[in-house]
Amino acid sequence: MEDLRPDAVPGGSGSAMEEIVGESINRGLLGAPAEISIAAIETGGEGESSRHKLSLGAKFAIGWMVFVILFAIFAKLGIITWGDPNESFTRCARRGPFSKEGSVSGFLAGCDSNGRNMMARLALGAWSSLYVAIGAIILGFTIGGTLGVIAGYFGGKVDTFLTGLFNIFLSIPGVVLALALVAFLQGSAEQAQDAILSPELILIIAIGVVSIPLVGRIARASALSWTQREFVLAARSQGAKHRRVIIKEVLPNVLPAIFSISLLGVAIAIVVEGTLAILGVGIKPPTPSWGNIIATDRGNLFTSPHIVFEASMMIFFTVLSLNMLGDVIRSRFDVREGVL
Amino acid sequence: MELTKLIARRAVQLIIVLLFVSFFTFLLVRLLPGDPTDVIIPFGTAAKKAELRSDLGLGKPFFEQYADYLNNVLHGNLGKQYSSGRPVSDLVTQSFPVSIQLMIYAQFLALLFAIPLGIYSAYRAGSRADTTINTTGFALLAIPNFVVALFLSYFVGAQLKWLPTGGYAPGWLDPLFDGTRGADIGEHFNYMLLPAITLALGQIAIYMRLLRSDMIATLQENFISMARSKGISNRRILWRHALRPSSLTLLTVVGLNVGALIGGAVVVEVIFGIPGMGLKITQAIFSREYIELQGYVLVIAVLFVLINFTVDFLYTILDPRIRRGRSAT
Amino acid sequence: MSKPKPTDIEKRVSAAGSTVTQSSETLLEVSDLTTYFRSSRGLVRAVDGVSFKLDRGKTLGIVGESGSGKTVLARSIMELLPRSGLERNGSILFEGTELIDFGPKEMRPYWGAQMSMIFQDPMTSLNPVMKIGNQISESIREHLDVSKQYAKELSEQLLVSVRIPEAARRLDEYPHQLSGGMRQRVCIAVALACGPKLLFADEPTTALDVTVQAQVLDLMATAQNERFMAMILITHDLGVVAGRTDEIVVMYAGRIVERADTKTLFSNMKMPYTEALLKSIPRVDQPSHLRLSTIPGRPPDLVNPPEGCKFAPRCAYAQDRCTQEEPPLREITPGHEYRCWFPVGTPEGAGALANNRAQGTTATGLVFQEPEVATTTRGDG
Repeated sequence: MEDLRPDAVPGGSGSAMEEIVGESINRGLLGAPAEISIAAIETGGEGESSRHKLSLGAKFAIGWMVFVILFAIFAKLGIITWGDPNESFTRCARRGPFSKEGSVSGFLAGCDSNGRNMMARLALGAWSSLYVAIGAIILGFTIGGTLGVIAGYFGGKVDTFLTGLFNIFLSIPGVVLALALVAFLQGSAEQAQDAILSPELILIIAIGVVSIPLVGRIARASALSWTQREFVLAARSQGAKHRRVIIKEVLPNVLPAIFSISLLGVAIAIVVEGTLAILGVGIKPPTPSWGNIIATDRGNLFTSPHIVFEASMMIFFTVLSLNMLGDVIRSRFDVREGVL
Repeated sequence: MELTKLIARRAVQLIIVLLFVSFFTFLLVRLLPGDPTDVIIPFGTAAKKAELRSDLGLGKPFFEQYADYLNNVLHGNLGKQYSSGRPVSDLVTQSFPVSIQLMIYAQFLALLFAIPLGIYSAYRAGSRADTTINTTGFALLAIPNFVVALFLSYFVGAQLKWLPTGGYAPGWLDPLFDGTRGADIGEHFNYMLLPAITLALGQIAIYMRLLRSDMIATLQENFISMARSKGISNRRILWRHALRPSSLTLLTVVGLNVGALIGGAVVVEVIFGIPGMGLKITQAIFSREYIELQGYVLVIAVLFVLINFTVDFLYTILDPRIRRGRSAT
Repeated sequence: MSKPKPTDIEKRVSAAGSTVTQSSETLLEVSDLTTYFRSSRGLVRAVDGVSFKLDRGKTLGIVGESGSGKTVLARSIMELLPRSGLERNGSILFEGTELIDFGPKEMRPYWGAQMSMIFQDPMTSLNPVMKIGNQISESIREHLDVSKQYAKELSEQLLVSVRIPEAARRLDEYPHQLSGGMRQRVCIAVALACGPKLLFADEPTTALDVTVQAQVLDLMATAQNERFMAMILITHDLGVVAGRTDEIVVMYAGRIVERADTKTLFSNMKMPYTEALLKSIPRVDQPSHLRLSTIPGRPPDLVNPPEGCKFAPRCAYAQDRCTQEEPPLREITPGHEYRCWFPVGTPEGAGALANNRAQGTTATGLVFQEPEVATTTRGDG
């Protein structure tokens, strides 16, 4: 009961013992690649998941993500439909899931306040939410990753400039920055009557821009640590072109770190989309997204809570799954780093 | 002395960051395509538009416009809300304290729960209690603020009827607060409790997990063995010996997290109808008050920068080693 | 400079017997203590059947390489080891009280008050974010019922007694403001704070600069004499214990391989391992270019130790018998035990050496090297 040494930590007991027996080998900590620790700090994770076998949680996460993605794609392509997400059945408005009374057959998830099929709306909502989130992350990771690698690889003034830029953007809270960007972009789009800037694209840009400095910093730290390794120095000393060294030597090593946080990025982007929808600047109804399903029927929370809760649950399980998978991937890369 | 040099260098950095931030908010309005006045007051009269144009200094050289903007900001002039003609700075002084109170309560609640939980789960690392705490924390991280807000207002507010599901009463920081009646502050907390818990929940998970992993590392240190060999109590070892060296990362993240907290506060204010800056921002977007919006963004960014600047200095209090070492980095 | 010179060793060895003359009542009696750790590789036998006695006011040296189990032994007696995966058996009698079944809760009144420990690395064993004064006085406040003010005065006196200049000012300083030697003095002050009856010093000078090693050791000896405190001095360096201990236990692979009073051990060592350890001390009476001899190989794996004598794979005396049969701990004169089939300085030992010399290798395939330095030392005496 009173033992203070936390040696029961998985993987910890061995090292505590080794130290005492006198064969202490200082592995980890000092040698840990910077990107892992940064990712761990910024997401609050610590990647302690089991390394070799997929845990039950991870299996659930994979299953859920496969389900959600198929759910979204089928809805978008109309392969399996749950009916028209925008058709109103006034007689069953606000009916809960599995409700017999006055329900239309197949309305497994009930109806929203306008009598629209929740199942159809959740499915198409999955498409919108994932489309915006993944789009934003691709945008943010491409630009942020490129800038970060450039900063880390070249160092010096380039690094100072880019890092400064990242820090300035980080000094505006993400949601507020996204909110301001959406507001001003929408203002511009309406003014210019520009067809290219669809509401979805505006969201992708706004959320993507917010993620640029975060990704940029992580990519920079990772690129910096890899640039100082012998094999990169060797390639550089043999006169290889910067472009070649970056693409052939640095990028393949930085990408895994970036990829492992991209899943967490998608999770965050889904939440930001939902937040923006609640604040009234998300995807424009009647097109459903998980966020605007909640936003639209927030006023009916106390009378027909299922509408808000169903969409909330979709967001929760998706974000949870992405967080778990991100953790699993991160701990896998941990192993890879250890082998090197 | 080293410390004054450090402060001076940090202050210069601070000013540069603040200049860039103000430049960014300045750009937001100037980059509106065509005539910004058409976007800001599309239905305004020609006279109104001319007034706005001169307020913004449109037509002047670009950097002169920025210099004017900066000058105005430094004199507390953030422009005005065009529908009412009220100065934005007035709106800020009204809504700013509301948001600040909410964030202070949330941060306080988060640390109040996260620190003991983090210490306990590090102390009992690997135990069932630790696993439970961690799993719960991991799940909490996946629940967006708006979902927590809606769930709490449904279950605690509407079903159990313990707390109000929306509304606001002025608190100690508000200019409108009438401190003479004791009931007022009770009412204030009554309205603020659910929003504060909502905001705190996500933070608890982050802080607790962070403190736990740092604490586990600290508990392996030699000075902990030494403290044990002195025969002092475990409680004292955990709180007096291990907590402070373990809390540096926590402190950084508490500082950095103010950004997330502000974002969370925006949506929580909207859901609970609290008239803070978050609610004002969304109202400004709805009514296309871009100048007002610009004001809020600027104030929030400056606040955030100042908080991070302060956190940097708190380091020196927490870790005396840094008083010498940190100046070198 | 202050590294013990071999010529000094002889003087101090002969002086050692006369330092403590008060009553010789047993303070600590360890019998057949085993300390095993369960690990993923198997059971680690870190301490394997150790027995010894320590009288009040006396000093015991525990000598061995890193990995020989000496640190675990000390922490096991004090019950400072992590408990999970730990198997501890045997008997530890402290002032007649059996401690083996005590948990940390029962041990807490002993820690600091009855027995305390000085750790190897003073740079990491003081809390970096706590004032020195508090680190000393918290122990006093925990065990003695005294006022805060008195505890502070006591802390200052303790700092004075460990010869820290400007003690009053130091109370409000942080560890990083002190040098390594000063920090170890603070650690000593902490360990002495509540007047313990037994002090464990685990490699107290290893991390220190050579020039301050002797000062710290002398300081500890003074404190010990003033307080009539027993001490267990753990080191890998026979030069450190020479002249500072009453008795020496040499450990190898978690076991005692030789135990004798200090004078006997240096003048009439029986265990080849002891001889090899002694050879690795630098000597001033030898040309400085002469390479210090080191013991070949590494300490054995404590999960799967070799058959027979655990030291055989590294021993210049090793014969076939050593690889098959583990020698028992034999007592040749009262208080002098060793664990060897072919002891140093005996006809058997000489025969074994001659045999190996002739073959060029030992029975375990080690290239034969003459253990001559230690022989010379004995000749000097």
